[in-house]
Order: sequence, then structure tokens, then C-alpha cells
Amino acid sequence: MDMSLIESLRNALPLVSGFIYPNELELQWSILIVLYPYITGLVAGAFVLASLERVFNVKAIKPIYRLSLLVALAFLLVATLPLNLHLGHPERGISILMTPHTSSAMAMFGFVYLWYLMVVLLMEVWLDYRKQIVEWSRSETFWPKRIFYKVLTLGVDNISPRSLAIDEKLGKILTVVGLPSALLLHGYVGFIFGSLKANPWWSSPLMPIIFIFSAMASGIAAVMLIYMFLCWARDVVIDMPCLDTIGKFLLTAIIVAFSLEMLESLQTAYEAEEHFDIITLLVEGKLLVSMMLIQIMLGSLTPMFLLGLTQVVELPEKVRKVFYMLSGSLALIGIFAMRWNVVIGGQFFSKSLRGFTTYKMHLVGREGLFSAIIVELLPLVILAVLLYLLPPWEKESHSKSPTTAA
Amino acid sequence: MKNFSRKQFLKTAAGAALVMATRVFSTPLHAADKFFREPPWKRKKPYWGFAVDITKCIGCGRCADACKTENEVPREAFYFRTWVERYIIRRNGEVNVDSPNGGMDPFLPPHDPETVTKSFFVPKLCGHCENSPCEQVCPVGATFKTEDGVVLVDRKYCIGCRYCIQACPYGCRYFHPVLHVADKCTLCYHRIKKGLNTACVEVCPTGARMFGDLSDPKSAITKFYETETTNVLKASMGTEPKLLYKGLDKEVR
Repeated sequence: MDMSLIESLRNALPLVSGFIYPNELELQWSILIVLYPYITGLVAGAFVLASLERVFNVKAIKPIYRLSLLVALAFLLVATLPLNLHLGHPERGISILMTPHTSSAMAMFGFVYLWYLMVVLLMEVWLDYRKQIVEWSRSETFWPKRIFYKVLTLGVDNISPRSLAIDEKLGKILTVVGLPSALLLHGYVGFIFGSLKANPWWSSPLMPIIFIFSAMASGIAAVMLIYMFLCWARDVVIDMPCLDTIGKFLLTAIIVAFSLEMLESLQTAYEAEEHFDIITLLVEGKLLVSMMLIQIMLGSLTPMFLLGLTQVVELPEKVRKVFYMLSGSLALIGIFAMRWNVVIGGQFFSKSLRGFTTYKMHLVGREGLFSAIIVELLPLVILAVLLYLLPPWEKESHSKSPTTAA
Repeated sequence: MKNFSRKQFLKTAAGAALVMATRVFSTPLHAADKFFREPPWKRKKPYWGFAVDITKCIGCGRCADACKTENEVPREAFYFRTWVERYIIRRNGEVNVDSPNGGMDPFLPPHDPETVTKSFFVPKLCGHCENSPCEQVCPVGATFKTEDGVVLVDRKYCIGCRYCIQACPYGCRYFHPVLHVADKCTLCYHRIKKGLNTACVEVCPTGARMFGDLSDPKSAITKFYETETTNVLKASMGTEPKLLYKGLDKEVR
């Protein structure tokens, strides 16, 4: 028996307030399951941003098109890690793909994930980079890299204008398929929670939609911050029309996500069903800081105010940059808090609706704070590798490929 | 498909719509017919069920203790396949609920006893729901329902994602600290298959717990189902537990 777990649960016993079912003392889903919707949200959001350029022809954000795809890919590669780390039997995790139980929302995740990774994202990145990959496989002087690119061409080195035109067409089709897929990916994550009737804090048809819009906000904010950081690191001037446009989309996503969240709260309060009392206690007590202060005040209202200012007042470039950086960071923190409030908040109160359990995060261990930090930072490391292997900025400076004509 | 003109397509679609519309209007809606569902125990034999007579429970907690012994449930105060709750309802509407070590430790006398209007014990266990949410959400099918109506977990197959624990509205599941899989009441499947009673029923000194074959019209539990006024927990969830309570107060959740 895991004695440290037993010890921590014994210590948690006196911290229970009110009545909970005895089995509810242990909080089942830890910080890792907070990261899961957070990371998939970043993936979906970054992809939606990329699609804006490709599908909706928003020319201004062309400079971050490829970067958004790479950010989405980097985070997607890590998305299953927190899930697997959390399992009681990680070695059996593959059963989800091999013998999925069709009535389970969770069982479908493997397929939604694989569809999105293999069919949409990898294909799209490959098609978009194909011309460069072929060129690099010929010109690269560092031999391991040359072999890497050679393999990456998948044996196709035809880069005639006609072939590239086909790439372009395919890429566009993929993005059109990819956009609903990205929404499906994250809407689906919302459904995992929203479809659980046992938990009144989760059970809501609005959950997937709220997840989708908060995902957009977080993904857009992440790409924006990474773009600003990369420009600074590479000593390149930030494309201000591009940044302004991203800011506009960020503002829109935050407004929609926040409105939906408030709408849901209003509905809960107005209907005031059996669970309303415990939800009120939850929000006024255990979630006071993480929800009222961090998610709503800092994470939603402040960025809405700052980004709103950039829309109504003509501010100098420097101020706008600071505003974007602030609101991007606050939005990311706020949305993390939102995931926390959903996942952890939903487990604080008893399904008897009569009391609360507690959650004490461990520092070390498989589900501790450190592994959460590693899971959170890993995508950035992967992104750095991707940026090294597939530099997204090469294209603008070197060649005008037809891919950008979209 | 070449010869299938737009006109023909529209004609076919209109025809199909007409047929469907006729069908809708020609079939009168009998709500009672629609919602009637034959209980599964009318078709399958045997089909196990459980009943609790709250008016008979004295809160001795022997059931919880016997269950832990019989099924090797961890002895800690936060792992139970069955437990007993005590409800104390006061004149001012206040409700106090407790379950000291699942009812295995003594229930202490209530404070201000003169304000208490009523008090009763409620034994809890898995309802082996007909529409069990835990079975529905299990991503690999490790939780399953047997032919005879018992919801079980395959310990060799469970991946330990804990989704079922979240999905159970009754808090009847826990994560086994040694086996790292979800665990719950099996209705003492190893015993009932041999014709024995469940451990909790076996030790109950007042006969508050009842277990039996719902498909047998002569069984005591069928009589109980047919003659007593009973209720289930959280009926609005639509889980249809096969655990019926007699004397269930509205404060019990």
C-alpha cells in the first residue's frame, strides 16, 4: 500500500467540512487532469488562429501562420502525457485504442486525438513545409540534418509548380477539415466533463462550447506571446498589423468565453436547483481566489479592459505591446485557473451536496507539482526543437512559395 | 446517377417527406405505452436485487465491517463498499449527517437532543443500476454488467482512469490503494454464485438488509418489491438502481 497516500488522506480527514460520502475523501483527478484540458485547449486555439489565415483569408496574420501550426503540434504531442501519467495502470492505457468501449466519452479521445494529429496537423505541416523540406534535403551541409530532411520528404521530391499547386489545394482542404476537427477535439474534452450527470458543477450542455471559446482565447494568447518572444529573441521587428489583429481576435474569444461562463452561472443561480446551495458555498469559499479573483477579475475582466482600450483609444506602439503582453499572460493564467476551477472545483463538494473535501497538492511524485511543471514546459522544449528543424520564418525571407498565396 | 435529375431528386424527397408525415399523424401517441419498460428480471433468471428497510436499521455497522473482512476492503476510514449514515433532523430544519468510520465506529449521542425531531440510519451500497453511469463511461469496458444484473469491475482490465468514480452519483466507488484500479460492491458475487447470502445481509441483526432473486415470484425480495412503498436514491438521474429503500426520507441523498 502507498503509505504516503494513506498518510495524507488520514491528515485530510479532519479537514473535511460538513458531510461527504466516506469514499469521497480522496480527490480523484489531480493537477495533471487540470493540465489535460489546458494543453488540448492551447492546441485547438493555436490551430484556429492558423485557420483564420488559411480559411478565412485574414492576410494580416500570415507571419504567424506556420508558428501557430508548430505551437499546436508541440502541445498536441504532449496532450496525452498527463492522462497517461495519471492512470493507475499506464501500461494498460493502450486498451483505450484497442478495445474501446463505445458508450464511453473518454474512449473516443484516442480516436479524436489520432485523427487530429495524423490526418490534420501532421499532414498540414508537412504539406506546408514540403517545398522547403525538399530544398533543405539538397542544400543542408550538416549531414544528420540532411538525412532527417531526406526522410521527411517521404521520397517525394517533386517541387514543380504544378505539384506545389496541388499541395496548396490539399492544404486548403485539410484546413477546412481541420477547423471543425480542432473544435471537435476541444469540444469533446468539454463533453467528458459536461456529460457527467453525477456532478452538477460539470453537467452542462454549455460545457463543450465554453471549452471551445476559452481554448481559442488561450491558444491565441499563447501564440501571441510566443511570437513576441521570438521576435525579441531573434532581434526582428514585430509585425504590428499582425499583432493588432491577433489582439482583436483574442479580445473576441475572451468576450465570448466570458459571456458564456456568466450566462451559465446566471442560469444556475436563477434555476436554483437542489445543488445551488453547495455551489454557492463552493464559489464563495474554496474557489474565491482561483475563480473570483484569478479567473474572473484578473484572467477575464482585466484583459478585456486592456484589449478593449487598444480598440477604442489610439495608443502608441510601445503601450500596445505592453498591453498585449499583459493581457496575453493574464488570459493564459485566467484560463488555467478556469480549468482548475472546473476540474478540481468540481471535486471539492460531495455528491451528497452536504460538505467539502480538500486537496493538497504534492510537490514530488507522479501527480505532483513538479511533474505538472515538466508536462507544462515540455511542449516549449518540443517547440524549440521544431523551430530549429522547421524554421517558420525561412519562407518570408528566402522564397515566395505559392503556399502563402492563400 | 447520371439520369437522376434535380426534378427527380426533389420528387423523391417530397415523397419521402409525405410518407413520414403520414406516419407521424396516423400513429396516435400513447405516452403510457411508450414509457412502459418491462423490468429485466422478467426476462432473465436469476436477476439479483437488494432492498433496505430503513425503519429496521439500528446503525450497528456490522454490515460495513463484515464487508471489509469478506472482500478484503482496505481498513482505512476512506474505502468502503458499504457504509451506514446517520441522519439527525432538528426542529429548525437543520440536518446533521455523519458516518463515523463508515458506521463501524460508534455513533455518538447528538448534541442538544431536545431539538431533534427524528433520526434514522441509512445503509448505503452500490445499487447495481440498470442504467449504470459507471459502466457507461468506462473507456475500456472493464466495468460491466453480468447476465444476472450485477455491476462488476474486471481488475485485470481496469486502467485506473477513475472516470467511473466521477460518474457514480452515489459515491459507491473508490480507487483501490494497492491494486490501483476502481473498486466497488460486487454483491458478494463469489458467495451468491454458491447460493449464499451477501456478507452484509448475513450479519445484519435486524433484517434491515435483504438480498434475493427478483425473477423468482416467490422470493422474499420480490414480495418486498411488490408490496412495500419504496424509493430509490436520486431517482431523477435515471440510473434505475436495483437497490430499493423503504422509509426513505427526503433529506437522504
